[in-house]
Amino acid sequence: MRELRIHGRGGQGSVTAAELIAVAAFEGGVYAQAFPAFGVERRGAPVQAFVRFNDHVIRLRSQVYEPDYIIVQDSTLIKDVNVFLGVKPGGIVIVNSGKKIDASVPAGVKLITIDATSIALEVLGLPITNTTLMGAFAAASGEIKFSALENALRHRFPGELAEKNIRAALKAFEIVKGGA
Amino acid sequence: MLEITEGSHAVAKAVKMSRPQVIAAYPITPQTHIVETLADMVANGELDAEYITVESEFSALSACIGASAAGSRTYSATTSQGLALMFEVCFNVSGMRLPIVMTIANRALGAPLSIWNDQQDSISLRDCGWIQFYAEDNQEATDLHYIAYKVAESVEVLLPAFVCFDGFILSHTYEPVDMLSQEDVDRYLPAYKPFQKLDSDDPISMGMYATPEYYLEFRYEHDQAMKRAKDVISKAGKEFGEMFGRDYSALVEGYRLEDADTAIVAMGSLCGTIKDSIDEMRLAGKKVGLLKIRCFRPFPAEEIRNALSHVKRVAVLDKNVSIGAKGAVAIEVRDALYGKTMPVLGYILGLGGRDVRISDIKNIISLAESGKGDQFYGLRTEVL
Repeated sequence: MRELRIHGRGGQGSVTAAELIAVAAFEGGVYAQAFPAFGVERRGAPVQAFVRFNDHVIRLRSQVYEPDYIIVQDSTLIKDVNVFLGVKPGGIVIVNSGKKIDASVPAGVKLITIDATSIALEVLGLPITNTTLMGAFAAASGEIKFSALENALRHRFPGELAEKNIRAALKAFEIVKGGA
Repeated sequence: MLEITEGSHAVAKAVKMSRPQVIAAYPITPQTHIVETLADMVANGELDAEYITVESEFSALSACIGASAAGSRTYSATTSQGLALMFEVCFNVSGMRLPIVMTIANRALGAPLSIWNDQQDSISLRDCGWIQFYAEDNQEATDLHYIAYKVAESVEVLLPAFVCFDGFILSHTYEPVDMLSQEDVDRYLPAYKPFQKLDSDDPISMGMYATPEYYLEFRYEHDQAMKRAKDVISKAGKEFGEMFGRDYSALVEGYRLEDADTAIVAMGSLCGTIKDSIDEMRLAGKKVGLLKIRCFRPFPAEEIRNALSHVKRVAVLDKNVSIGAKGAVAIEVRDALYGKTMPVLGYILGLGGRDVRISDIKNIISLAESGKGDQFYGLRTEVL
């Protein structure tokens, strides 16, 4: 079983990202489970959401403490929350940041930084980075196919909004693929 | 068909396919997504039902009484404080023998305020005369709604039913669920034919005054109906299994229990985490098993006694507490095992949304093996 933990702030769409990643993974033929950290959901407050991927039914219901993958939607969280806590050796951490981040991940963990905010502003016109980071996650982890992500986005969002989000996700997908 | 969906949406779909004619509900976290989805379905014309918006949970269930008494298949959903506000009405529903089905997205009760999961809400209503089912996952949560209607509406039973599933932990989780088709549901659950109903052409009275000469007998009949429900549940669960491959005939279900020294007893979503814990402990040579209670009312005392007769010790996990006594499940399991000599140890855990991990289950097994129990598990050290 592989596990993903998403850190974000209320309003950034971390829960939606977890749900859509699970939907895309399920399309790819694996069992997936997505759930929020049941926090006090307020705009700006630190929030977490989780996804599990498995080849058979997932029974475990606890939160994710030793993730294989971490997505950090807002690099200012690194000061407040130990976002890298428990990451497995060989794991992948994706941080939304335009700058080199002022923190180090544990040894053996791959750190990918991507300026998802700039991509989202350019493509969506809004600093909402969840769908952009989903593209980066698809490229970095291989857990979900980009085509499945497209389907999940089209299922969730109407018409042009879905297409815009797909373009943002694709941009991040290509950047991460190119960098790998 | 297997589809990935949020637990609340899966439940709403199952309710829709059960063809309720009247829904009255008041939104409350974490139940809201269920009734929002159903309200949408009614507004879109996908579901041909009367959706009654009300100003409180008390009114929601009161409206359900009228609808059910008039002969409609009736549905509501609530949790926590909302269920507490329905307390009086719950007794009236069951006393009038109205087969209403209500989903409980289990949540802690205030004060202190908590929106998070435990099972204090429905457990606190264990004596209100409703059938109580507890779901381990969203598959069970959906399937149990069809079974609940079938059992509740059976003339041998005529009792309302709670379908309880853990708030957030199941209600807000996306996972694959095998949804039945409408044709399948219609085959399993035909249209509701009320045994009796309010009808101006053939007037009757319901929920009347019972003087001391009669009240005791009403309670006896109610209790008899609940006891008959055990067989009806088994039959309905077996029929479901024959039709769709998932057998719910057992009110309790063992997992790796046959040769277990230590049995854990639990209800709801905790059972999934416990099963993974058991698999890990088994690899380390510990003979541990689980007895899952799927139906808490009627209480399957005999089934529990039979399932646990061979074990050396029993650890009961309660997401509730009867303050001043113990966890409700532990009390009743101990009663079911009266006369047996193995220790029955209770652990109160996971209240107000405290996460329960595999390591916690392993710790509890260690405590049970050393004879320590009847305690709150996982307390912050500053209160000790």
